[in-house]
Amino acid sequence: MPTKTDDVYGDHISHKFNDELMELKTEFLKMGGMVEAQLERAIEALVDGDGYAADEIRANDKKVDQMEIEIDEEATLIIARRQPTARDLRLVISVIKMVADLERVGDEAKKIAKLTINLSEEGQAPRGYVEVRHIGSHVLTLLHDALDAFARLDSEQALRIMKEDKRVDEEYQAAARTLLTFMMEDTRNISRCMSVMWVLRALERVGDHACNIAENVIFMVKGEDVRHTPVEEAEKVVGR
Amino acid sequence: MNSVNTTITSEVTQPDEVAVPVQESRPTETIIEEGKTVGSPYSDDPKFKLRDVEVFYGDSPAIKKISLDIGRNEVIAFIGPSGCGKSTFLRCLNRMNDSIDICRVKGSLKLDDHDIYDPKRDVVELRARVGMVFQKPNPFPKSIYDNVAYGPRIHGLANRKSDLDEIVENSLRKAGLWEEVKDRLDANATGMSGGQQQRLCIARAIAVSPEVVLMDEPCSALDPIATAKVEELIAELSASYTIVIVTHSMQQAARVSHRTAYFHLGHLVEVNETNKVFTSPEHDLTESYITGRFG
Repeated sequence: MPTKTDDVYGDHISHKFNDELMELKTEFLKMGGMVEAQLERAIEALVDGDGYAADEIRANDKKVDQMEIEIDEEATLIIARRQPTARDLRLVISVIKMVADLERVGDEAKKIAKLTINLSEEGQAPRGYVEVRHIGSHVLTLLHDALDAFARLDSEQALRIMKEDKRVDEEYQAAARTLLTFMMEDTRNISRCMSVMWVLRALERVGDHACNIAENVIFMVKGEDVRHTPVEEAEKVVGR
Repeated sequence: MNSVNTTITSEVTQPDEVAVPVQESRPTETIIEEGKTVGSPYSDDPKFKLRDVEVFYGDSPAIKKISLDIGRNEVIAFIGPSGCGKSTFLRCLNRMNDSIDICRVKGSLKLDDHDIYDPKRDVVELRARVGMVFQKPNPFPKSIYDNVAYGPRIHGLANRKSDLDEIVENSLRKAGLWEEVKDRLDANATGMSGGQQQRLCIARAIAVSPEVVLMDEPCSALDPIATAKVEELIAELSASYTIVIVTHSMQQAARVSHRTAYFHLGHLVEVNETNKVFTSPEHDLTESYITGRFG
């Protein structure tokens, strides 16, 4: 069984510093797990029309917010105490940014829960849920893989996520067109379809956040910023 | 010893405590090769051109084939663990090592294309051009005025008292000390605070209009406020001087220098833009040192 010191952040002279960085990483992954679960449950609740579950998800979002504050505080203290450099600095800076992404994913889950409550009150046959299920499972995988890439410092996996996010965007466009057709077929569908459209929009945003996390993982591993650059550029950085 | 191998673990722990091998993360350089320095050790406009410099204390080598340019008006920081040779290397630049009998220097060391170790070279003139500030403030047990005036006097830089007064005032102003001492120039310098003494030593070094100032851990005996003042001074002086600073404070190197050179066991391992060294160094040893993994 590997010990903590197997970690690339765990071999400082100061054991306390090792512990602080490990703690930061662990807390971030814990928050990641929490947000993943929130999103998964939100999609299930929507498809099942489960208002109770949706209420719970909305309440749980406060815990996610609290974790964001705690991790930020921890990162701030590490900067103040240790003045980290190089890969340690890149870890701390990336965590500060990725925590914001996770918090936003939490907000998207909350948004889906709110829409679930609206939709379940209307109580009509669902349309567009096939698309929700499909895109939902796609972005859940992306989010999971992004957190996994962070845990294993795997820049190649991070690159795959960046590419995959483009596919999510395409799927979202296609799903939006389908919903538009439903709305044109019968204007009574408009209100419901708009709600489903918001859900899809939220899921598409989750894909973007997973992509941001992946970009940060590449920065952590390679030391180069690949935000706002074409995927081909990121490919070169990862290949180095 | 021609190469030193380091092993940096390439496994990380997953949250569920299962170790998964990951791809090699950068930096990838792990070996020191004699005479090989990663990064950018050369400059387009060098003040110092140093090639294959070796220094021996008796038979034991302290510096192993280092090649480096130091640019004009550049602030370059030398960092590295104790005993890595950074101070020895610094002291070659104005032949301070001459005073150590068993010390031998080999290789080519040029200041403005002239050989520093030319036997015909006037060492006093060299040291006037390449001034030095030491770790511990070492003012002469004389008045503040005389401390600064000492160099200009022996070098005959001022013919009249008024010229000398002007040099003293200008030097103290540049060292950020004038306002604090202008009313007590006759007071003994040893009565000043440590930070003031160090700035006085800097004033003394710049009073003879040097082109280069070497600083060997200039702030290690100073409190944070005095340190901040000296760092401020370095930034101002860099407009007109070339500054080489040896420091054990990584943050200081990061704050004041343009380029940073990392020394390890007598080798010059990496020279790069300071911003690069502290965010994504090229050599594993540099990374290990600056992140506190050994040293």
